[in-house]
Amino acid sequence: MSDVLAITEHRRGELRDVSYELVSAGRELADDLGGDLHLAVISGQVEEFAGSLSREGVDTIHTVSEGEEFNHDIYTQVTERLADELDPSVILMANTVNGLDYGPAVATRLGRPLVTDVIGASFDGETLTATREMYGSKVETRVEVGSEEVAVTIRPGEWPEANGNGNPEITEFDAAIDESAVRSTVTGFEEVGGGDVDISDAEVLVSVGRGIDEEENIELVEELAKALGATLSASRPIVDNGWLPKNRQVGQSGKSVTPEVYIAIGISGAVQHVAGMKGAETIVAINDDPNAPIYDIADYGIVDDLFDVVPALIAEFE
Amino acid sequence: MKALVTVAEVATVEDEFEIDGNAIDERYLEYDLNEWDDYAVEEAVQLSEDGLVDEVVAVTIGPERSEETIRMALAKGADRAVRIWDDSFDGLLDVAAKTEVLQAVVEDEQPDLILSGVQTGDAMFGATGVSLAAAIDYPWAAVVNDLEFDGEIASVHRELEGGVEELTDVETPAVLTIQTGINKPRYASLRGIRQAQQKEIAQKTLADLGLDGVESELELTEMYEPEVESDATVFEGSAEETAGELANVLREKGVAQ
Ligand SMILES: Cc1cc2nc3c(=O)[nH]c(=O)nc-3n(C[C@H](O)[C@H](O)[C@H](O)COP(=O)(O)OP(=O)(O)OC[C@H]3O[C@@H](n4cnc5c(N)ncnc54)[C@H](O)[C@@H]3O)c2cc1C
Repeated sequence: MSDVLAITEHRRGELRDVSYELVSAGRELADDLGGDLHLAVISGQVEEFAGSLSREGVDTIHTVSEGEEFNHDIYTQVTERLADELDPSVILMANTVNGLDYGPAVATRLGRPLVTDVIGASFDGETLTATREMYGSKVETRVEVGSEEVAVTIRPGEWPEANGNGNPEITEFDAAIDESAVRSTVTGFEEVGGGDVDISDAEVLVSVGRGIDEEENIELVEELAKALGATLSASRPIVDNGWLPKNRQVGQSGKSVTPEVYIAIGISGAVQHVAGMKGAETIVAINDDPNAPIYDIADYGIVDDLFDVVPALIAEFE
Repeated sequence: MKALVTVAEVATVEDEFEIDGNAIDERYLEYDLNEWDDYAVEEAVQLSEDGLVDEVVAVTIGPERSEETIRMALAKGADRAVRIWDDSFDGLLDVAAKTEVLQAVVEDEQPDLILSGVQTGDAMFGATGVSLAAAIDYPWAAVVNDLEFDGEIASVHRELEGGVEELTDVETPAVLTIQTGINKPRYASLRGIRQAQQKEIAQKTLADLGLDGVESELELTEMYEPEVESDATVFEGSAEETAGELANVLREKGVAQ
């Protein structure tokens, strides 16, 4: 009743980094509660994954070797059964695309309150206090959950990856999967965003966001990119609108880029965008909102209207 | 074949704002149709135009103010709407509470396909669609950016991280959470806006849905502006001045040399 059950993730044969972050977050919460940290490894090369996850702070790893890749019906069933057996205070999952494909189902089936996209969490007695953002990261909030049994998804990249070696007990869990309740079938994977340009090769990126306002205005940033000898990239809304092709999208669902210089123009700096460009050497932001989250990671900034700044910058290089 | 689309009116915050207690001061909020739901409405309307769906019903949990927003969904082609509200809903409604209300609506409407946005732009829980699917025991798929529907099986692309899409077949009736970019949401035409005035928005209370009361187990106890961790050098002055200073930095870094 004071334990934490964390569900790890992998894709196409590799554990995802967030799995190690779940170990750190899970250990912290288990310490608050004075309980054990259990991990679940579901589908794929479970023994190999369990070996990699044998880190300091992990008490038990439950493996379920069922299928290769993520299937939300399997993950939901296994998590439910493990929760029935272990009765954990917290079920901890990753706030990833797959986490959001089974986490809410687990919470609802088990009648547990759910807090998603958590960036901080702690227990004070039996009350969980979670920190999460709202309104496109403009504010942070604290949320209290008055239930002894909760489900939580953590935002990737917020906790350190656990690394010390540990010696957990590894056990096979017989989840007795109900195949008739598996009602979706993964038929394959597709890589998107190929084509003529690879923005991840570029040394200088001029990146444009929703602040550009109209399709016609894309020309303006194209001109800047040309003047700087840079490659043009974009945030998601620009690609969603069809103003630039998918292979120009930077971020969680686009490309990860690590240029020498990244110039973000009219981009707010949402987590999913930052996930793809935080590795840039030098980050420049041109955004008229001084509170935009992009300034948290920028090295240089101009808090002004891009329609004044960009033409002036082009003039500097002509 | 009936499609139910969950639509939410969300608040967007101006650049400069103030926090009043545990909420953003009303004066700095603007209300709009949730970005993700705009794509969900469009997807449902396209299915209806393709003859795969006979009726598109929009459902919202929102106060009277949100009628303006839900009329946008009607103007874009939804056939009718249901709006549920209870004064106890002020504050943060958690996923379980929204699920309970929507579940009751599903029991009334018996839709074959439910489309929901991946997340709302204000609370950003990203969980209601899948939670609802579990509650009503429908198959589901989350973060869908491509849909082909033959009337029985929904063949979807789920947009994963890193430019990879998962291809999945889902049996229907089903719940799909719709990602931006799946289509190009239309603007409401003048004709659509006029027609929307005639379309029904049924108002329902919890009692109408056979619910006694719905409670959130999550309580928002604090709201604050995150500490800015910025150590950015911010250039000051006219656009010419700031652009000049930035140009110097860029040249130093070897850009355009
Ligand atoms: C599952 C999922 C995956 C996602 N994947 C990605 C992804 O891969 N990549 C991605 O980018 N996003 C992704 N997103 C979307 C992300 O959450 C944001 O919605 C998006 O990044 C916002 O893009 P933006 O910064 O261009 O627009 P906004 O957030 O609207 O920001 C526009 C900015 O422009 C500024 N601005 C406006 N006008 C001017 C002006 N005249 N001069 C100067 N500045 C101006 C504003 O102050 C604002 O900060 C994803 C979301 C989800 C839920």
